[in-house]
Amino acid sequence: MKSKQRSAGRTASAPSSGLTSDQRKEILTYMLMAREFDTAMLRLYRQGKAFGGVYSQLGNEAVSVGSAYALDTTQDVLFPMHRNIGSHFVFGQDLDQLMVNHLAREGSQMRGTDGTGHYADPARRIYGNVSHLGAMIPVAAGFSLADQLRGITTVSLTFIGDGGAQVGEVHEALNFAAVHKIPLILIIENNQYAYSTPNSLEFACERLSDRAIGYGMYGTTIDGTDVELVYATCKEAVERARRGEGPSLIETKTMRMRGHAEHDDFSYVPKELLEEWSAKDPVETYITRIVNDGVMTADEITALREATLANMIAAIDRALERPWPAAEEGFKNVFMSV
Amino acid sequence: MTYLEAIADAMRHEMRRDERVFMIGEDIGAYGGAFKVTKGFLDEFGSKRIIDAPISEAAIIGSAIGASLNGMRPIVEMQFMDFITNGFNQVVTVAGTTAYRWGLPVPMVVRGPSGGGVGGNPFHSRNAEAWFAHATGIKVVCPAFPDDAKGLMIASIRDNDPVVFFEHKGLYRKIKGEVPEGEHIVPLGQARVVRAGTHCSVIAYGSAVHMALAAADALASEGIELEVVDIRTLVPFDEETVFQSVRKTGRVLVAHEAVLTAGFGGEIAARIADTAFRYLDAPVRRIAAFDSPTPFAPTLEQAVLPNAEKIQTAVRELCSF
Repeated sequence: MKSKQRSAGRTASAPSSGLTSDQRKEILTYMLMAREFDTAMLRLYRQGKAFGGVYSQLGNEAVSVGSAYALDTTQDVLFPMHRNIGSHFVFGQDLDQLMVNHLAREGSQMRGTDGTGHYADPARRIYGNVSHLGAMIPVAAGFSLADQLRGITTVSLTFIGDGGAQVGEVHEALNFAAVHKIPLILIIENNQYAYSTPNSLEFACERLSDRAIGYGMYGTTIDGTDVELVYATCKEAVERARRGEGPSLIETKTMRMRGHAEHDDFSYVPKELLEEWSAKDPVETYITRIVNDGVMTADEITALREATLANMIAAIDRALERPWPAAEEGFKNVFMSV
Repeated sequence: MTYLEAIADAMRHEMRRDERVFMIGEDIGAYGGAFKVTKGFLDEFGSKRIIDAPISEAAIIGSAIGASLNGMRPIVEMQFMDFITNGFNQVVTVAGTTAYRWGLPVPMVVRGPSGGGVGGNPFHSRNAEAWFAHATGIKVVCPAFPDDAKGLMIASIRDNDPVVFFEHKGLYRKIKGEVPEGEHIVPLGQARVVRAGTHCSVIAYGSAVHMALAAADALASEGIELEVVDIRTLVPFDEETVFQSVRKTGRVLVAHEAVLTAGFGGEIAARIADTAFRYLDAPVRRIAAFDSPTPFAPTLEQAVLPNAEKIQTAVRELCSF
C-alpha cells in the first residue's frame, strides 16, 4: 500500500522511522487527542452548542501528528490549517485555550475577534491560518526567511489542501522558497475533495508533488494514513532543510471522512469511496500496529482513549461556562498603536 | 534634496540604525529599482538585506509579513503601486487583521510609486490609497514634500502596524526642498497647513497639494486667499486640523488625484458635514479624477486628472456661493 502510493524515483524505499516505543506511544496519544477532539466537537455540533463551522479532521490524524512530530517544537514553527488540530497538540497546545478560542469565549487569545483554528500562540510557535487558504504559505516562508537572515535555520511546517493547492499564492510561495532555499515544508493534504469538487475538476497532473520538479525542490507523494511514514518522510525533509537544501513539497493521500464542515451532508461522495478509506483509518490502523508490536495493550489504549475524550469534553464544558467576550472588545486593537 | 532622495535617505538612515530593517522587492538590488530609489543600497547593505525577489507580489508581501511576525521590520518595494493588486490579499486579509485577531504587530512598510500625469497608462498610474483606508488595520501615508517623505518614512518603518506608503512618481524628481539631516520623524496622523488663508480651504494630499498651491498663487491675484491643508496620512486621519481650517474659512474644497467615487475625499467631506456643518458657508466640493482608468494619451490623461485650473474654478464658485 505504502510503496504503491509513493512517488517513484525520488525516494527509492520507505525511510525507516527509528521511533522508540515511548515515541510511538506519544504519537498515538496525539492522534487520539485529534480524534477525540473531533468526537467532542461533533457531539457539540449535534447538541446545537457549537458556534461557527465545525471542520472535522477525521482521517487526517496521521498527517497532522506525523509531520509535526518530525519538527523541533522549540526551534521550528507551525502554520497549521483548519484540519491540523493534531499538529497543535504536538506543539503543546493548551486544551482550555483551544476550546475557548474555538468557541470564542471570554479569555480567548483572540478576544472573540475570530475563532476556529485561526489563532496564534507565539510562545508555542503556532501561527494559525486565515480562511483564504494559501495566503499563509508565503507568510510561513517569510517567518523562516527572517531567521535565515540571522543565520539561524527555523523550519516552517505548513499545510494546504488539494483545493487550496490551486491558489496562486501557493505557487508564488513555493517558487520564492525554492529560489531562496527557505527551510519550508509544505504538506498538500489531498483528501480527494475541495468542498464538493473532486480531484478530477481541480487539477490535471497525476501527483500534486510533481509540481516540485517545476520549482526545483524535493517532492514526493505518500500514503497519508500511515503516521510513521508521514513522520519519516517529514523528518527527511527537516534534515534537508537543516542542511540548507531548501523546501520540500509532500503530498499526502487521505480522505476527508466528513463534509467540508458539519452543515455539509457530503452526499456527493460515493459511499464506496468512504468504505474503502474507512478500512485504512489512520488511528485504527496505528492502534492495531501498536498492539501487534507490543507497545501498548488494547485495554491500555481503550483507557487512554476514554480519558482523552473525557478531557476534551471537560475542556469544552469549562469553555462553555465562560461568558461571551465583552462587547467593547470589538472596538479595540484594530491597530497596535494609533 | 528631491522627494525621491528624501525617501532613500530615510530608508538608508533606518537600515544603518536598525538591523531588523531589510528590503525586498523586484529589481531593487544591483539595478537599484525601476526608479533608482535603492541605488547603492546593495553595495552598502548586502544581498541579505536587499532581497531581489521574483515577480510575485503576494510572495513578496506575504514573506515580509512572516518576517515581521518573526521580529523583522521589512520594507517592501512595489515596482509600481498598481501591482499591489497582485498582493492585495496579503495586505488586506493577513496584515490588516493580525493586530485585531492575534494582538501581534506586523511592522511592515509597503511602498512604491503611484499616481499619474506621466503617460504611464492605466496600469502604471493608479492612485489606490482609498482601497487601503477602507480595508481596516492598515495605515496609509501619502507625502507631498521631501521633508515629509523622509519624516513619514522613518515614522512608518518604526511603526508597529502595517503601512502602505504611496510615493507620487510625478513628484520624485520634480519636487525639491530642505530636508533635515539624520534623524527626522513626522508622526503619522498629523495634518499640516502648508499655506494659510482666510477665504477657502483646500484639503488635499499627495500631488493634489501641489495643484492646490499653484491654484492659491493664481487666486491670490484675484484677492482670494486660499488655505491649503495637507493631510499627509489618510489613516490615521487628523480631522481636528481639518475642522480648524473649516471653522476659519467656512468654505471647503477637497482635492485628490484619485478618482472621485468612493475616494477618500468623500470621507473627508462626510466628516466635515457630521462635525463642522454649522461653520460652513457653502457646500463641500470635491475635485478628483474622472471615474475611469487613467488613460495613456496625454490629451486624455490631462483631461481626466484634476489640475490647478480645475481647483481654481471650483474655488471661485465656492467663494461666490
